[in-house]
Amino acid sequence: MNEVLDFLLLREPNILYVVIGTILIGASAGLIGTFAFLKKSSLLGDAISHAALPGVCIGFLFAQEKDPVFLLLGSFISGWIATYLVEWITIHSKLKKDTAIAVILSFFFGIGIFLLTIIQGSGMAAQSGLNTFLVGKAAAIQTSDLLVFGGVALLIILFVVIYYQPLKILVFNRDYALSIGLPVKTMEFLLNSAIVMAIAVGIQAVGVILMAALLITPAAAARFWSYRLSKLLIIAAGIGGFSGWFGALVSYTAPNMPTGPWIVTVLSVFAMGSAFLAPKSGMISRIKMGRENANKILVENILKTIYLFCEKEANPLTRSILYTDILEQRFFTPNNFSKGLRWLDKKHMIILDKNSLKLTEQGYEESKRVVRLHRLWEVYLYEKMNLAADHIHPNAETMEHVLTPDLEKLLLKELDHPMSDPHQSKIPK
Amino acid sequence: MDTGIVLTALFVAFNCGLLGVFLMLRKMAMVGDAISHSVLPGIVIAYLISGSRASFPMLIGAAIMGVLTTVLIEFLTKKARLQNDAAIGISFTWLFAIGVILIAVFTKGGIDLDQECVLYGDLAFVPLDKVIVDGNLYLGPKALWNQIPVFVIIVLTLVFGFRGWQVTTFNPDFALSLGINVSKWHYVLMSLVSLVSVMAFEAVGAILVVGFMIIPPATAYLMSGKLIPLLFITMIIASISVIAGCYLAIYYNGSFAGGMIVVAGIIFIVVWAIKAVIDRWRRVANRTAYENRAESISA
Repeated sequence: MNEVLDFLLLREPNILYVVIGTILIGASAGLIGTFAFLKKSSLLGDAISHAALPGVCIGFLFAQEKDPVFLLLGSFISGWIATYLVEWITIHSKLKKDTAIAVILSFFFGIGIFLLTIIQGSGMAAQSGLNTFLVGKAAAIQTSDLLVFGGVALLIILFVVIYYQPLKILVFNRDYALSIGLPVKTMEFLLNSAIVMAIAVGIQAVGVILMAALLITPAAAARFWSYRLSKLLIIAAGIGGFSGWFGALVSYTAPNMPTGPWIVTVLSVFAMGSAFLAPKSGMISRIKMGRENANKILVENILKTIYLFCEKEANPLTRSILYTDILEQRFFTPNNFSKGLRWLDKKHMIILDKNSLKLTEQGYEESKRVVRLHRLWEVYLYEKMNLAADHIHPNAETMEHVLTPDLEKLLLKELDHPMSDPHQSKIPK
Repeated sequence: MDTGIVLTALFVAFNCGLLGVFLMLRKMAMVGDAISHSVLPGIVIAYLISGSRASFPMLIGAAIMGVLTTVLIEFLTKKARLQNDAAIGISFTWLFAIGVILIAVFTKGGIDLDQECVLYGDLAFVPLDKVIVDGNLYLGPKALWNQIPVFVIIVLTLVFGFRGWQVTTFNPDFALSLGINVSKWHYVLMSLVSLVSVMAFEAVGAILVVGFMIIPPATAYLMSGKLIPLLFITMIIASISVIAGCYLAIYYNGSFAGGMIVVAGIIFIVVWAIKAVIDRWRRVANRTAYENRAESISA
C-alpha cells in the first residue's frame, strides 16, 4: 500500500521522471495513432510493432549493452524496413495487403525471437531484461533513458501540433492535398516516420506484441466521443497518457508484472466503455434513439389512421372510433397497437374506452399535423418532382415522420398554401 | 538433430499451412493472427481449472476463445460501428493481454506455463515428454501424437469438402446462389484455425503460429494460383523451412520456431524478388515485341 502512496504522491524524484516519461510516451502514441487509425492502417501498426523486435536485438548486439539510442535506432530502422516491405509487396505482387502484413509481421518477429534466444543463450552479462521488450516493463526504464524517450515523444507531439493543418488534409482527403500542391510524399514520409518512432519509443512500456493497442485503441475510443479531428487528438492523447501513467503505477507497485498487458487492459476498458456509453455514437444511446424513433413512427401512424375517421365529422372530438375499425383500416401488430394506444393515452392525446377511443383537442391537432405533412409532401412530389399521383404515397409515408416545422413552413410557402392533395383529399390547416 | 522435433514441427507446419491457404485466399490473414493470439486466455483458464497441460480442456477453452474473438470483432464492427481493422486490433490485443496477466498473476503459484513458452514455444523440450508403450516401445514425443490427429482431421475435411472449400473461397457469391451455406464453411474454418492454434501453441508459441499459417501459403501463391498446386507447394515450402530452420537453430543455438520462421521468410523474400524481376523482364519483353510489331505495321 505504501508503494501506491509513494507513487501517487511522487515521493521520489525517480518516480516523477518515470511518470512524466510514460505519460509522454502514451500521449504521443495516442496522438500519432489517431492518424494511423484514420488512414485505416491499424494492422500495419501491429506489423511495425512486431518488426521492432529484431531492431532492438541488433541495436543491442551493436552496442553490447542496453544503450537507449542504439535500441531506438535499431527498432526505428527495422520498423521502417517493414513498412516499406509491406508496401512494396502489395504493389509488386498479387498478394493482398493483409497477407503482406501478416507475412512481414511474423517474419520479422521470427527473426527477433531467433536473435533474442541467441543473445540469451550467449550469456552476455548485459542481456538480462532484454525480453522486457516483449511484454513491456515501464519501471525498468532508466532515468537517463527517459531523457531520450521523453525527448522523442515530445518531438512527435510537437510535429503533430505544428503540422496539424496539412496532416488533417492529408488523412481526410489525399487527392485534395495533392491538388492544392501540398508535398504529399514528404508529408507521408514524415507521418510514417513519426508512427514508427512512436512505436520504437512505446515498446519500452508496452512491449512489441501489444504496442499496436497503444496506437489504435485510444483513437478508437475517442471516435465515439467526437468526429472533430482536434477533439479526437486531444481525447486520444489523454487516454494514451493516462494508460501510460497507469502502466507505470502497475510496474512500480508490482515489479514482477508485465506492464504492457495492464496498459492494454485499461485502454480496452476505455474503448468498450466508450462504445457503450458515449452520447450519440455510443450503443446505448443509439439503441435508445432507435426505440424513440420507432415509437414516434408508430404513434403518428395510429393518429393518422384515427384522423381518417374524424376528417368528415363536424365535431371530430365527439366521434368515438372502434379499435376494430382502426385495425381494419391499417395493419398494426396487436402488441404495437396496444403499446401505441397506451403511450397516446399517457400523453393525453386520446381518451380510451372499453373498445373504442376518442381524440382529445391535443390529439386532434397532432393528428392533423401528421396528415398535413403527408399530404403536403404528396403535393410537393406531384407538382415539383413530376411524379405520378399513384407513385407518391409510399415516399410520403416515410417523409411525414421526418419533416420539421421549419421545412413545413418552407413547403407551405413553396407550394403556395395548397388546399388539397393530388388525391383530392383536403389538407388540414 | 532430434527426429521428434523435426516431425512435430513438420506436422505443425502442415496443419497451419493447409488452413493458411484458405485464410489467405479469403483475405483473412489477420483474422488468423487475431485468433492465434486470443486463444491464450482460454488456454490459461483451462489450465488453471484442470490443473494440467492435458490437451482436451485446453482445446475447449481455446475453441471458446476463438469463437469469442470472431464474435467480438463482429460486434465491434457491426454493432459499435468501428472500422474493421481497428476492431481486429482491439479484440486480440485485449484478449492476449488478459492471458498474459493471468499467467503473471498465477505464476507465483508454481504453474508450469511460463511466459517464454507462451510467446515463442519450446520445440526443444518436445522430446522430453515421450509416449512409451509397454515400458519400452518408444513411439515418439507426445507433442507429435497431438499433431497427427489434427492433421488427419484437416486432410479429411479438405478431401471430403473440397468442392465446398473451393467454391466458397474463390466465389462466395456464386456459392450463395447455389444454395451453399457460406457462413457454415466460414465457421468450420474458424474452428479449425482455433484448433490448430491451440495445438501448435505448445510447440511454436502463440505468435509464430501465424508465421506458419501465412508465410508458406503466401510464397506458394506467388508461384501458382490454382488450389491443389497451392496446397502442395505450401507443404513443400513448409518442409524446407522446418528442416533448414532446425539446422539453423542448432547451429546458432537459437529458438527452433524462430529459426524456421526465419527460413520461411527468407524463402518468401527470395521467391518474391525473383518473381518481381521476372515480371518486370516479361513486361519489358512484351513492350518491345509490341513496339516492334507496331513499327513493322507502320513501315
